[in-house]
Amino acid sequence: MIWRAVIGSCLLMAAGFVSSPQAQTPATYRIENGEVPAPLTAEPGNPARGRQTVRDMTHVTCLICHALPIPEEPDHGEIGPPLAGIGSRYSAGALRARLMDPKAFNPESIMPAYFRTDGLNRVGAEFRGRTIYTPQQIEDVVAYLLSLKEP
Amino acid sequence: MAAPLPRWKLASALIVCGLTGYSAAPPRAADSTSVPYETEGRKSGYLFLTPATRTLQDDEFQNPGAFALERGRDLWDAPDGPDRKSCASCHGDAATAMVGVAARYPVFDAARNGLVNIEMRINAERERMKAAPYAYESDDMLALTTFLTAQSRGMPMTPDIDGPARPLFEQGRAFYEARRGQLDLSCGQCHDDRTGLRLRGDVISQGQVNGFPVYRVSWRGQASRHRIFAWCNTSVRAEPYAAGSPEYLALELFMAWRGRGLPIEAPSIRR
Ligand code: HEC
Ligand code: HEC
Ligand code: HEC
Repeated sequence: MIWRAVIGSCLLMAAGFVSSPQAQTPATYRIENGEVPAPLTAEPGNPARGRQTVRDMTHVTCLICHALPIPEEPDHGEIGPPLAGIGSRYSAGALRARLMDPKAFNPESIMPAYFRTDGLNRVGAEFRGRTIYTPQQIEDVVAYLLSLKEP
Repeated sequence: MAAPLPRWKLASALIVCGLTGYSAAPPRAADSTSVPYETEGRKSGYLFLTPATRTLQDDEFQNPGAFALERGRDLWDAPDGPDRKSCASCHGDAATAMVGVAARYPVFDAARNGLVNIEMRINAERERMKAAPYAYESDDMLALTTFLTAQSRGMPMTPDIDGPARPLFEQGRAFYEARRGQLDLSCGQCHDDRTGLRLRGDVISQGQVNGFPVYRVSWRGQASRHRIFAWCNTSVRAEPYAAGSPEYLALELFMAWRGRGLPIEAPSIRR
């Protein structure tokens, strides 16, 4: 069981310093049996929006490292495993956990944590205290990944 | 000479040459005496280039780094400062005076109690001439760095990491090994563990510094070692350091040692 506090950004939020959506992180989340079972937002994930998000260059696109079934994008990465069919192999809770904090599964992982701000070294000023994805983006991407079923 | 050719033009030029059986200009003398691009598993970025880009580097008439080289040659001879001295007035012909210098740099400088790389050495010499220093990454600095470095073309990098340089070398190693940035990656996680893999459009090389200063096609110009360090820092969303900072100098010494034995390549090309 792993607890991660994302207190810094909450304090900033409470003080009204940060108004961007990136700062709206839960105080803590928990990975239980390899899953974050509960969704982070009330609004259900939107797979079409998730498909857009994973391509978005400004949000550390998964395509840097993974191949995805998005034929209109050139140059898919080959650092991580291809993600076609991933929705048949993982539950929503497991995909959410992997996105939020891959190092909980493999401390040596080079996949960035899309929802974590602690334990990092010399983060660039414009990214400090911010997560890569907003809670809604996490949910959208989880919904998109779940839609990638094995043929 | 014309401006560097756009990529499609180069490609078509190469295809035409291929079809007519015309081979590119013969390799430069420096190349035939050069140490190999690979030694004991250490590989120059040259080996990760496409054949077309390699040809471009090997051909002195097409190599876009030649502009900086020529400008650097002019600067070497140009009088400056109140006494109208040039580098040449004290050192004479760079082709004899400066052979092998860049291959040893960065070096420990007792007077500063720190490291000095070629860029800093150039400014120290300009101070000697009572001429204004060049800004890091300015065209003049890149040109003279390229020209000085080219006097060691084909020679193996042999930095001295012993004695007073040792603790700085260790700092550089620690910098290389530390994870950093929002992406939480160390240099080696890309340049040791994932060499040859595709990171989006880029094939990851070993991140060796022997080619520098390089002409980077994607940046359309010459680039220093410290500029690529800053780029690699920024690309993992880490706060970069300033060019010429003690952090990057220590890293530069470690990187030169990490590529020890690889040939100095300037003027060279990278993607
Ligand atoms: C910097 C490289 C990198 C980026 C960017 C990246 N990943 Fe990964 N990912 C990996 C690697 C490497 C693995 C293999 C497991 C490990 O080492 O953590 C992995 C594993 C995974 C897995 C588990 C796959 C399996 O078959 O077990 C999923 C799911 C995943 N990534 C989704 C994503 C998504 C979605 C994104 C974008 C939001 C993303 N990754 C961005 C490198 C990356
Ligand atoms: C007034 C004479 C003078 C001028 C002008 C001059 N130098 Fe020097 N330079 C020296 C002397 C003397 C040394 C060696 C002394 C030392 O090591 O501090 C030296 C050392 C060097 C070194 C170090 C060589 C090594 O083995 O580490 C380099 C590189 C160099 N000069 C480049 C230049 C350049 C480039 C210029 C023009 C911008 C220049 N010099 C102008 C006198 C001069
Ligand atoms: C996310 C992966 C990644 C990380 C981490 C990374 N780099 Fe790079 N680096 C690249 C890519 C991609 C290139 C351009 C293609 C190439 O030459 O490898 C590059 C290029 C370079 C080059 C130019 C190589 C040449 O032959 O021109 C050097 C030097 C370099 N990196 C050093 C570093 C250093 C030092 C660090 C740590 C501070 C670092 N890199 C961290 C991906 C990375």
